[in-house]
Amino acid sequence: MPLVSVESLSYNYNSLPILENVSFNIEEGDFLGIIGPNGAGKTTLFHCMLGLLNEYSGRISILNQDIKKFKKIFKTIGYIPQKKSIDQKFPLTVQELVSLSLTRKTSKNVVFEILKQVGLYNMKNKIIGQLSGGQQQRVLIAKALVNNPTILMLDEPTNELDQKSQNDFYFLLKELNEKNKITIIWTSHDMDAVNKYANKVSCINKRMFFHGDKHEFFSSENHLKNYSESTMQIHMHEHNI
Amino acid sequence: MSMFEVDIFSYGFVQRALISGLIIAITCSTIGIFLVLKRQSLFGDAISHMAFGGIAIGTYLNFYPIWTAIGFSIVAALAIAKIRQSTKLPSDSMIAVMLSLGLGIGVTLVSLSDGFSVDMFGFLFGSILLVSLEDIYPIIIVAIIVVSITIVYYKKFVYIAFDEDQAKISGIDVEKLNYLFTILVAITIIVSMKLVGILLISSLIVIPNITALLFNRGFKKTLLISLSLSTFSVFAGVVLSYYYNLAPSGIIVLLSASGFIIAFLLKNSIVK
Repeated sequence: MPLVSVESLSYNYNSLPILENVSFNIEEGDFLGIIGPNGAGKTTLFHCMLGLLNEYSGRISILNQDIKKFKKIFKTIGYIPQKKSIDQKFPLTVQELVSLSLTRKTSKNVVFEILKQVGLYNMKNKIIGQLSGGQQQRVLIAKALVNNPTILMLDEPTNELDQKSQNDFYFLLKELNEKNKITIIWTSHDMDAVNKYANKVSCINKRMFFHGDKHEFFSSENHLKNYSESTMQIHMHEHNI
Repeated sequence: MSMFEVDIFSYGFVQRALISGLIIAITCSTIGIFLVLKRQSLFGDAISHMAFGGIAIGTYLNFYPIWTAIGFSIVAALAIAKIRQSTKLPSDSMIAVMLSLGLGIGVTLVSLSDGFSVDMFGFLFGSILLVSLEDIYPIIIVAIIVVSITIVYYKKFVYIAFDEDQAKISGIDVEKLNYLFTILVAITIIVSMKLVGILLISSLIVIPNITALLFNRGFKKTLLISLSLSTFSVFAGVVLSYYYNLAPSGIIVLLSASGFIIAFLLKNSIVK
């Protein structure tokens, strides 16, 4: 049984198709990189999977539960949005932010343990706006980990990060995937990072035109050519060429 | 004998003004921090202006104006929340519409009823030194309700203000809590407006909080700084207004704004 199943998913915005008949499965333990050009529908796909958009056709199920019918299923997901959506002036310390996800059942010590795991324990009293981009992403991961999620979804998490911060960040994700057995799904433009860290790749441009093993994708000139062409089409469309 | 030698705290009207003013300062700061962080600083203004429209309707139709103000404000507050959640219209534009609508209704009805009455001036500019014991009870009740609900839902309100989408995914019923919070704002404004006035109420909601944000602290410390600033402004404002025969609501706002200017200058190292 797949952990996540997306069947014939279509979503329109103002009568324009954003996602068309997208179907794929995600297995437990996958480290899935979703690639696609800007405007390909990656964030919309995430928003449908997270229940933030409901006006889609098709079916999305997580742990065999239809997400439209069983809202509690989202508690099994940790979500890290694009960094640009974080208000840098919001008055929260690292500890306060991570504690937002604490439920009554969770011990406060969990926050300290997780902050140690992501390497930010010594910064627990810093204001989030005082942290670097890479550290802020780690705080959001810590917040997502508090309730022991089965799946971690990250929307272009390494945008605006320098190379060292990106490497550290992916190393942390790899560790969470391998040691904590968390299924990772992340969207990215960075083909090199997907090739290096993911075990599976989804290639999307309104339609899903590849989903499977990363070796199969990166070793096939045909798949890479399709991806380049679709990126070019979007670029030409955006610039009216 | 200097004027400061008179023990003003022995006067009943000063005691009532201080008690009610301090309670309102605490309540307004508590809800204000969430409004400021949600970038809805003018929400309080919109509600108070709708309350003005409600008062004008009540006065014009010979109803007890507070009831029409309550009805109008709550409906307006919920309408803003609903429109904000179900359309892509920017929330500040909806606030501007409600603000103008309330004022438009009020001014039209006042002109129909042959100009302003004294009561209307009281609602517009406040009359904290004229607060009666009966006026204090609803203020205390609303303060207890608002502060208790905020304590109960504190973490959820912070989460929603930080990121509504993430709050939704974590299982928080964002829509319901937004409506609940909106009602808290509306009732706080209605009980506060007789004291500080419709035109000045949002200063108690906004100024102490944006001043506190300049200190760059965590959420709890920011709220604590805001509470200290607003209670100090009200306390000093009432005392100064007595000694210098000034409008208390005006001096409260001026003290509050001075606090912001001083903090801003210190923060930007202009005064050094």
